[in-house]
This record gives sequence, structure tokens and C-alpha cells, in this order.
Amino acid sequence: MKARVTVTLKNGVLDPQGKAIEGALKSFGLEGVDSVRQGKVFDIELSLTDKAEAEALLKAAAEKLLANTVVENYRIEILG
Amino acid sequence: MKSAVITFPGSNREGDVIRALRQSTGHEPSSIWHQDTELPKGTDLVVLPGGFSYGDYLRCGAIASRAPVMDAVRAHAAKGGLVLGICNGFQILVESGLLPGVLMRNAGLKFICKMQHLKVGRADTAFTSAYNEGQIIKVAIAHGEGNYVADADTIARLEGENRVAFRYCTAEGDTKAGNPNGSLNDIAGIYSEHLNVLGMMPHPENLIETLVGGTDGRGLFESLSTLRGAA
Repeated sequence: MKARVTVTLKNGVLDPQGKAIEGALKSFGLEGVDSVRQGKVFDIELSLTDKAEAEALLKAAAEKLLANTVVENYRIEILG
Repeated sequence: MKSAVITFPGSNREGDVIRALRQSTGHEPSSIWHQDTELPKGTDLVVLPGGFSYGDYLRCGAIASRAPVMDAVRAHAAKGGLVLGICNGFQILVESGLLPGVLMRNAGLKFICKMQHLKVGRADTAFTSAYNEGQIIKVAIAHGEGNYVADADTIARLEGENRVAFRYCTAEGDTKAGNPNGSLNDIAGIYSEHLNVLGMMPHPENLIETLVGGTDGRGLFESLSTLRGAA
């Protein structure tokens, strides 16, 4: 089973890297960029077959290590 | 005063801290490896040194904060034992939940390596008794992620409980103008609720010799050296 965990900064948390990327995109003359927030994507291969079990494992992985829930949110997707 | 210094893969200031502790306490600190599961019996102080544990992968301090030895550090802190985290050590302490908040990328995005003035907060703790409250000291900073961030409630609590250990400032003591990295309330270091855990971004261990820039960092280690069996 393949899964993806996406970690993003919570709203209101300053993201200096996102701001720098946003500035760079704007400097290229790319019209229409309002703002950029940078996050992380983890593609994970699982040996499990049960979806509920996989989701529980990924939730534990996200909360124990992948995300710092003080400033980050995470989203779990089972890709099949 | 028995101290233990923990080395993680990628730590690089453990030698500096060991030297500073040896100088002020007259005792040789124990060197502890990150895979050890217990601290030497009778340890009063545990130090998490600076560096780049696990290459700063994922988030600074995130992987080190889950190392086997951290359970022993948490237990030590829970008993009231002293814990000092410097730079990457501070990042490990916030990731491990021993201190609140988080250290984000510097507001200016640059790694900053320079001399920096700090204003000492309270001088009645195990870490600062050799300083005076409000004293301005000059130490070194060297970090890319030292921008202290916490939610408004946490900041209000830290301020209300007088738990800001050090603030960045100019030589004249202006905190706002002296803030190098965007930290909220110019915070350079904070204490835990019971004042036995201190995390700070600056490096007092590098300012203990007149030959290399000054001795303003000695006060912290001299404060600690006056303690006996505090744990």
C-alpha cells in the first residue's frame, strides 16, 4: 500500500522560506502569484493491507515525528 | 556537581561544553552517547550541546529528540534534575516537549554567526546566580533556525511566570534593535515551569577565555558549579 503524508505550516505561522520563494516567483514576472507557503511531502510504502490500520499507523507517524503539531498540520492520503 | 554531556550524531559543540564545565566545576563531565538508555548515577546536570544532529534533517532537533537517551533526560527533568540545551540542544528540548514553542528559520533567512549581546533575565536560578538581573553579556550566536515562535498564550505564560532567561539586545541593552533572528519578544532562552530546564540559542561555552573574545559566558557555568547534589 502506498500512502502520502503532507505537512504544512498552520495559518498565521510566519514562513520565511515561503516568503522568499514568493518573492522569487514575483521577480520572474509571473503574474497572479498571491502568496506561497512551503510544506513537506512524505511518500510512504506500507506492508499493511487494511486501510484503517494504515491510517492509524500514519497518524501515529505524523504525530510522533513527521509533523511538529505546535506549528504544523498534516494530511494523510492512502494512494492505493 | 556531576554533569553529563550527550553527543548525538552531528553534535559538534560537546567538546566546548565539556571544557567549560571542567574549567568551572573542576570535575570531568561524563560523555553520554545518544543510544545510551540511562544517565550516570547521581547526575545533577545534563547538557545537550550545539551542532547539527542528524544533519538537521526533517526539522532541527526532531530526530535527536526521539533518541533512546531522551527518555532518561525526560525522567531526569521530571525529578527536578537540571537540563541545559544550547543551540541545537535548545531545538531538541522544544522538539522533545521539555520546553514550549518552536525554533523556526531566522526571519532574514540567513545563517547568523556573530558576537551577540544578551540581557540576563532573573538571576535567582541554578543557571544564572553568578550574573545580575538585567546584566548585559556578550556571547556568540551561530544558527540558521533560532527564531523563537510560540502561540500568544504560551508567550503570555512565559512572560507572566518570568521564564524568559535571556533576551537578545544591543550593547546598550536595546532588545528590539538587537534581535538578530525575529524571535518573539526577543527571546534567546527560556526556562521550564520549575526553572530546572534551560534552553538557549547563544553559546556561553564559547566565551570563557579572554584570548578568544571574552569571558561573559563563564557566569553560567560558575552558577552551575556552586550547586551540590541539586537533583
